[in-house]
Amino acid sequence: MPEVPTAIEVTNLVKTYGGVTAVSDISFTVAQGEIVGFLGPNGAGKSTTMRILTGYLPATSGSVKICGVPVATNPDEIKRRIGYMPENNPLPEDMRVSEYMYFRGRLKEIPRRKLSPRIDEVLEVCDLKRVRHKIIGQLSKGYRQRVGIAEAILAEPPVIIMDEPTIGLDPHQILIVRDLIASLRGRMTVIISSHILPEIEMTCDRVLIINQGRVVAQGSPAHLRREILGQSSYQLEIAGDLATLPAVLTGVDPALVVSDRQPIDGTDFHRVAVAAERNDDGGEALLAALMRHGFRVRAFSRKQPTLEDVFLAATRRSWDAIDRQKPKGGN
Amino acid sequence: MKHFFTLLSHEIRMLLVSPATYVAATLFLAFMGLIFAKILEIYAGSPQEYSPAKIYFDLFWLPACVMVPLLTMKCLAEERRAGTIETLLTTPVTTTEVVLSKFGAAYLLYTLLWGSTGGFFYILQKFSGDARFLDTGPLLGGFLFIAVSGLFFVAIGVFASSVTSNQSVAGILGCVMLATLILGGNALSDSAWLEQGVLRPAKNVIDYSHVFSHRDDFTRGVIDTRHLLFYFSGTGLALIFSILSVEAKLLHS
Repeated sequence: MPEVPTAIEVTNLVKTYGGVTAVSDISFTVAQGEIVGFLGPNGAGKSTTMRILTGYLPATSGSVKICGVPVATNPDEIKRRIGYMPENNPLPEDMRVSEYMYFRGRLKEIPRRKLSPRIDEVLEVCDLKRVRHKIIGQLSKGYRQRVGIAEAILAEPPVIIMDEPTIGLDPHQILIVRDLIASLRGRMTVIISSHILPEIEMTCDRVLIINQGRVVAQGSPAHLRREILGQSSYQLEIAGDLATLPAVLTGVDPALVVSDRQPIDGTDFHRVAVAAERNDDGGEALLAALMRHGFRVRAFSRKQPTLEDVFLAATRRSWDAIDRQKPKGGN
Repeated sequence: MKHFFTLLSHEIRMLLVSPATYVAATLFLAFMGLIFAKILEIYAGSPQEYSPAKIYFDLFWLPACVMVPLLTMKCLAEERRAGTIETLLTTPVTTTEVVLSKFGAAYLLYTLLWGSTGGFFYILQKFSGDARFLDTGPLLGGFLFIAVSGLFFVAIGVFASSVTSNQSVAGILGCVMLATLILGGNALSDSAWLEQGVLRPAKNVIDYSHVFSHRDDFTRGVIDTRHLLFYFSGTGLALIFSILSVEAKLLHS
């Protein structure tokens, strides 16, 4: 299989201001055509990293290359290769949508004869044709976000960077924006940050979790589940001799343990949580063993950890690591 | 400077669609019209030593101190407050192009507004039927002074707008800086205590930057290159500081 060329290469990136380290030694790469999600709590350094990628902010140390071009020494060249939608999507309030697109197209050096058809195309893609003559200040949040996205993809740059593109949108609008971003897959490299985790999971090929200016986990959502949580769990509603349940579980897999058990009022059924150390699907063997040993099973499900669980576990793990690094007895 | 004209035409368009521009323009023209009417009243009452044009330009400082901050306070401060400076500077434009386009648009409007007051003299001459009222010498000298000094004044306004993200602060700062430059020199030029030996160089600087004496020279038809150099170098310096200010804010944002 041919190797996919790298679109973004970040090596040992550090950014400090006013004595505060906003980004601390971040390294990652993004392949061409990939959609990558940035996750992290507020103040984790997501926006700062994105601003450095665009050439808007200089890094304190480390290197960033976009399509093989170093950002620090070629900021002008980089600005021709990226489409950027900043946090809160700032737009001029008193311009019409089409005027704004024309102005931005000219700044992005799209030839005049190609500009009008291209504006029509992005307005169509972003479903903005109906509001093209409206003043941006009068548009709803959903339309404004789409204007920001349309502007970012206008010049067809190889790399698109969007800081929280779905913030403040209703579920219907989120769906539209998600489809829009998904439609860029393979054609453009996209980096998006978001607090809406299912959003990232559905849209992104890969996730980078950042906390305290460091990358604490990266990989596909499925990979992160395995790496960070490393276990699967089952929810059962069963009746029978529960005293023999641990032995039955050990017989199926020594890694299986009862993690929680609660009676269900008015019945002889219990709600039991079974945790497995491994993240493979042994549900069928477990169910068969329970039936074989005379347990009555009325509900059986494998609990799928969400990206939210992964995110919380990864950030908690990074906090623990930071706490351990602090000198003992210090404040 | 590839994008300068794109940015300049955008800035001019933004000024033309902004209601604040029309409010400022109406106030300016009403105020200058009032002054002109007052001058005519004085001239109708008794004969005067100077031409109406000279008296008219004597009061240039008042609109300069008020109009320039009104026209420039928004330019960079508002971009920073709204965050649009971030989207602007992540396209292939330079900070220099952005600052120069803001300066160019504000200066164009400033000179246009002053230029339109030339109509007062034309109307006077037309209705009085006396060509003497259109005293071309002081009139051209006065407008030339407005155009040259306007470069520096507008650049100071742009600089004031570059140091803060609050329009009002930018407006007040611009007003104070312009008043210090225009009126401060005038207030200090007659101070006897500045004549003392050690303060003599300071006195020379104040005399050199005495805006009122520059205006008198221009309206007399004396175009002194030292005056031109003062305004051009001042403009350059104010714009360089504006560019540095925008970039410094980026480094520490």
